[in-house]
Parts: sequence; C-alpha cells; structure tokens
Amino acid sequence: MTEAEQRDFIQKKESKILKGNIAAAYAAKSARVQVISAYPITPQTTVVEKLSEFVDGGLMPGTQYIKVESEHSVMASIVGASIAGTRTFTATSGQGLFYMNEMIHWAAGARLPIVTTLASRGPAPPWNIWADYFDVINARDTGWMSAFCSTHQEIYDEILMSYKVTENPDVMLPKFVAYGGFVLSHTSKPVMIEEQDLVDKFLPPLPDEEGWEHIFIDPERPMMHGNLIMPSGFYMEFRMKIHDAMVRAKEKIKKVAEEFERMFGRSYGNGLVQEYKLDGADVGIVIYGDLALQMEQAVDELRDEGYKVGMLKLRYFRPFPEEDIRKAAKKVKVLGVVDRATAFGSPTGGPVSSEVKSTLHNSGIETKVLPMISGLGGREVTLEQQKDQLKILVKMNETGELPDDLLYGTLWHGKLEVE
Amino acid sequence: MIYFMVLSGMENWRLNKIMTSLKEAMNEACDEHFLPGNSCCAGCGLELALRWAMKALGDNTALVAPASCLNVVVGLWPKTAPDFPFVNMAFAAGAAAATGFDAAFKAKAHRFPQGPWKDMTAMTFAGDGGTTDIGIQGLSGAAERNTDMIYVCYDNEAYMNTGIQRSSSTPHGAKTTTTPFGKQQYKKDLPRIMEAHDIPYVATCSISEPLDLYDKFKKAKEIKGCRYIHILAPCPPGWGYSSENSIEIARLAIKTGSWILYEVENGVKTISKPSKRYMDPEKRIPLTDYISKQKRFSSVSEKTLIELQNQVDKNWKKLASELKCQEEYL
Repeated sequence: MTEAEQRDFIQKKESKILKGNIAAAYAAKSARVQVISAYPITPQTTVVEKLSEFVDGGLMPGTQYIKVESEHSVMASIVGASIAGTRTFTATSGQGLFYMNEMIHWAAGARLPIVTTLASRGPAPPWNIWADYFDVINARDTGWMSAFCSTHQEIYDEILMSYKVTENPDVMLPKFVAYGGFVLSHTSKPVMIEEQDLVDKFLPPLPDEEGWEHIFIDPERPMMHGNLIMPSGFYMEFRMKIHDAMVRAKEKIKKVAEEFERMFGRSYGNGLVQEYKLDGADVGIVIYGDLALQMEQAVDELRDEGYKVGMLKLRYFRPFPEEDIRKAAKKVKVLGVVDRATAFGSPTGGPVSSEVKSTLHNSGIETKVLPMISGLGGREVTLEQQKDQLKILVKMNETGELPDDLLYGTLWHGKLEVE
Repeated sequence: MIYFMVLSGMENWRLNKIMTSLKEAMNEACDEHFLPGNSCCAGCGLELALRWAMKALGDNTALVAPASCLNVVVGLWPKTAPDFPFVNMAFAAGAAAATGFDAAFKAKAHRFPQGPWKDMTAMTFAGDGGTTDIGIQGLSGAAERNTDMIYVCYDNEAYMNTGIQRSSSTPHGAKTTTTPFGKQQYKKDLPRIMEAHDIPYVATCSISEPLDLYDKFKKAKEIKGCRYIHILAPCPPGWGYSSENSIEIARLAIKTGSWILYEVENGVKTISKPSKRYMDPEKRIPLTDYISKQKRFSSVSEKTLIELQNQVDKNWKKLASELKCQEEYL
C-alpha cells in the first residue's frame, strides 16, 4: 500500500477491496466514458465484464458498449466513436494488442484521445498470460503514450489522469495504461473510488456537441479525414507534430499529477518518475510496473543493512522522461535497469535500459549502467532476488566487477538452473 | 416469435414499397453530394454507385471508406469531392468503424437530444476486396450485432485500386494480374451470406439501374438495424472494355442473368423489377454476349464458358426453389 493509500485507510474514507481490473473498470465509470468497445482476452477480461455490469445495469446512463468480434474491430470502432467526438475506453492484453496494431497507428495518426488499459502479458508462443510488459513496449513507436502502474490504486488514478492528459488540446494523443497481468489484474487491495463530483471537477468536461477541434462528424460542417497525401504534401509535418505533441505532453503530465495530488491527496512523484531514497545512494535501480512496489521494500531492507541504495520508479515509457533519468543518474555511480520485457538482439539490454543508455550517451554523465532482465512471462521475482540485484550493483560499484553470467552485456536474472 | 417477425416483415415490405419514376427522380434527386471534380476514371461504376446512393440518403449521412479506389478518387489531400462527413479507414476496419460512428451518435443523442444525432446514418462504402475478403469478419460481426448502419459493397470483382488482383468476388475464368490464365474458383456470393445473418435488409443493385438503386437506398434509410447493399459496379480498365460501355456491360450482366437484382426485407425475398423477367430462362440472353465484350474473359475456354453458363442457370434454379419454398411458409 502506498503512503496515500494507508492514510486514506486510516482516515476510514470509503475504500473498496478491488482487483486491479475492477479498479480499471471503476475508473472508466468515474471518467464517464461514453463509448466502450471490447473483446475478451485473458487477463483483461474482468475489466470488460465489470463494465458490462455497469452499463447493462444502468449505472452508466447513455454509455454505449459495443461487444465486437475481434480486437481489430475494437480499436476500429473506438477510432470511429472517438472521431465522432466521444470519450472512449477499452482494455486488452498481449495478443489482443498485437492484433489491433494497425488500428493503434490509426488512432495516433488521427490524434484521438483514446485511453486503453493493458493487463500486460507475455507474447506467444509458447502461450503465456502472465505479467510481461512486452505488449505495451511493442507499441513504442505508434504515437501512443504509455504509462506503467505498480499498485491497484495507481491503476484507478492513472486512468483518471490519462483523460486529462490525452484530451489536452496541446497533446491529443492516445494512451496506454499498463499493469502486470494477474499480479495486479487479479489480486485484491483497497482502492479509493473517488466521489463523482470531485472526479467531474478534476477531469475536463466531456466533448461538447461539436466534438474535438481537429476532427469531427458534423453534417453542418462536412469534413473529410485521412485522404491520400502526396510526398510533397504535409505528411512529414503531420508526423513531426505527433512527435512534438509527445514531447510537449511531459509538462502536461507533470501538471496533471500535481493537480491530482492537490485534489485527491495521492502523489506520484513528478508524474513521470518517482524517486525512492536516491539521495545519498551509491547505486540506484530503474524499475517499472508491479516490480517497483516490491523493490521499495528491497531498498528499505538493504538500507537497514547499511547499503546505500535507491530506486527510480519509471511511470512513463512514452514520452520518455530523459531529464529525470539524467538527474537520477547523476546521483549515483552505478545504475541498474530492470526490464520485464525483451528487446531481442539489442546491444543495450532490454527496451527501457536501451532508452536509459541512449539518454546518458554524450551527456557527460559517467554513471555505469547495468541492464537486467527479470520476471518474463510472469516468472516470480522474489524480494530476495531483488535484494540480490541491488547487491550486484553495490559490488559492481565497489570492485568494478561485472557479474560473470552476463548475456551480451545484460544480466538475465532469476533464470531456472539448467544442468 | 420468428413467425411474427416474418409476418410483420411482410407488412413492412408492403408499406415500404417505393417506386420512384424517372419523372419523380428528375425532381427529387437533383441534389449532388458526391461532387464533380473527383478523380474517378471515365465510366467508373463506383462513381455512379456513390452518387446515386447519396442522392437517396441525402444529409445526415456519415461515410466510412476502407481502403479501395474510393480513398483515391475522392481527391488527394487537401481536395475533397464529397460534401458530407467522410472518413478514410483501414482496410479491414470498415464495418467496425461505422459501428463506432453509430455508438457515438447514440451516445451524443443521449447528451444532446435536440441535435441531429438520432437521425444520423452511419454508412460503410467498401469495395469487394474490403468486403468479401479482408473485411468479412468485421462485417459479419456488425451484422450479427444488427448494428444500426448501412454497409455497401461496390463490387468491381477485383482489387482494382492496387492494379487488378483477384478477390474472392472475381468470377470464374476472369483474368486478373494474379490470375493471368483466368481464375479457377467461383465468385463468392456475399449477399447470400449476409442474408444468412438475418439482418433486416439485404439488396443487390446495379449501376445500370439507377432508379432501382435509388429506391433501395431510400428504403434502407428508413429501416433500423444492419442493412447490406451489394452493387455491381463495372470497371473499364479492370474488365477491359471501353469506358462509354459501362452501363451497357452492367445491363448485360442483368440480361444474361449473371447478376440478379433482388431484395430481402425482414427475411422476405423478392426479385426486383429489372431482373424479374429473366426468371424465365427463355428470356435470358446467352452469357457469351456479356463475356465476349470484356477482355478479362478473353482466354476463357469452351469448357469454362459452359461452367459459367451452368452456374448462372443453377443460381436461378436455386432462387426459384427458394421463392417457392418462401411462398409456402408465408
């Protein structure tokens, strides 16, 4: 439980014991989404089951829920509904996200503020349905923002914050909110479901009758969208604007996290990252998603044992918070990066460690970076293993020694013993 | 329950019978929504199909165009020929995107009851590749959900936009760039598949019969639920005939009986007027009259020709027995 959660619990404010998926469904309800489209996939399914109860039970009046026949149609119908000027929501996982990939690009290209939650799971084959962030990372270059959650409360909160960021006229980009399959989606914890009045005050109003500024369906103002555009047209400029918006989104994310804290009392660092005991640390570890929660405890215990260790929880993968990474790297001599995802053939470790390395490149920061890969496909990552990861960094700092089982410069931590 | 639906369907069918005369059409169908200056080829079947469809549907129609010639002929950015909301869409996404439109219109009608939203028609206008091949899953899903939309397939019997490759709607024996010696398989009968979805309205049209097409779209506009309209839309470069002959070629398809105009309203099938007389095999002209005018059939063998003619005759026999059976249970 985060500090804010504990405080709320103590204050006996109304909280519910909810699974991560159910928290996501409550967030969609709190955000008054107007169109939901979904297709079942494990481990996301209970999000859309709960929403069916809400919609069919009359708790979300006016909301349209399309139960389509595939994920490709999920995103196609969401794109259609968003173009027509409604607030939209869907949820998916691994293979489902891969199948909707074409429409993912469409959503970003059309600059639609769609929010999609991912109960992230490992890609097949072999079939895998457990926590692994490869699915969201695979969508890196689609123009979608992507955030990781490490607690149940954070799922609810992040979805609310997402609508405020995506619907900002300076951003207008879709966004993924990813959390580990089963490890968060199917476990239960207390979650504060905020009062509707407060949520309404926090979020921007639902799109008005005219729809979005840049795209709309209005018989009075007929508009054509998505024409073929010649190389001499503005295609390149449109792409550049997506990049611009993504970079610009960083300031908005920070601002929204601040406003969120003011209104609801829960803090998520500066929105992009959360530092944990990095001040005065010799070594630090960059980590994201559910693994970050337990890593806090590993840091605490090692601190108690006298090790100067700290952690940087990465909340956003896109836009990537390079300033915060540099700031954190300056504080320590060795920085580990734990990926719960792969980047096959990458010379710089997993996907996030590649970003960290390229962020530090040519920055004049001498901090050494050790890429680690851990917990793929839901492989259990114990507290002891995480303490071990920190100790490897401490040893590396003290002796300059690298672990002897590095695979192409990356430590695959927590492998099975093979004879 | 089903029996009741069929009966009420019958009644609707009688009430909804629309027959626009040429004179009436001259008066009421003057509005143009698919405007001149588009970049269709001369004699393009698609252009006539969309132009007449929009004359019937008029304002308050929003169109989704999955990948097809339509994406290109409406005009390169920033030029646009349609004067109604028009959204280009990914190939397989036609039906689902219109489903999204429909959901959004309903959500907006809830919030803004005074607005035009409850009167909006979501329409997908797709080619035969986008319908019978890559789009069939989404279309079947939308039909099963009875989504409130009109789905139109303009059928030029191949992937014309990408340079005349075969689709599952290409007829047996036709040459395309991927069937250089003629297609071995037969044309997929999509209207029949849509009929099997038990949606409120299925119709076939031809660009050579604009009044029939106009009537069918006018009728479709008034019906709620999923409506499917399949239009035969010849393509001069793709089929290999001179562009001034588009209407004649499309008409020959009807006269030879290889393209049958009919509609299925709430499960009740009726042959449309232009095709009615060809129920009598004596009235149908030989298929060669249609085939010999198109270069795509230039290398059709005697054997293939017989096969094609047999296919036409078989289709009509099937249809006749179906209608007979229908008479009995109605």
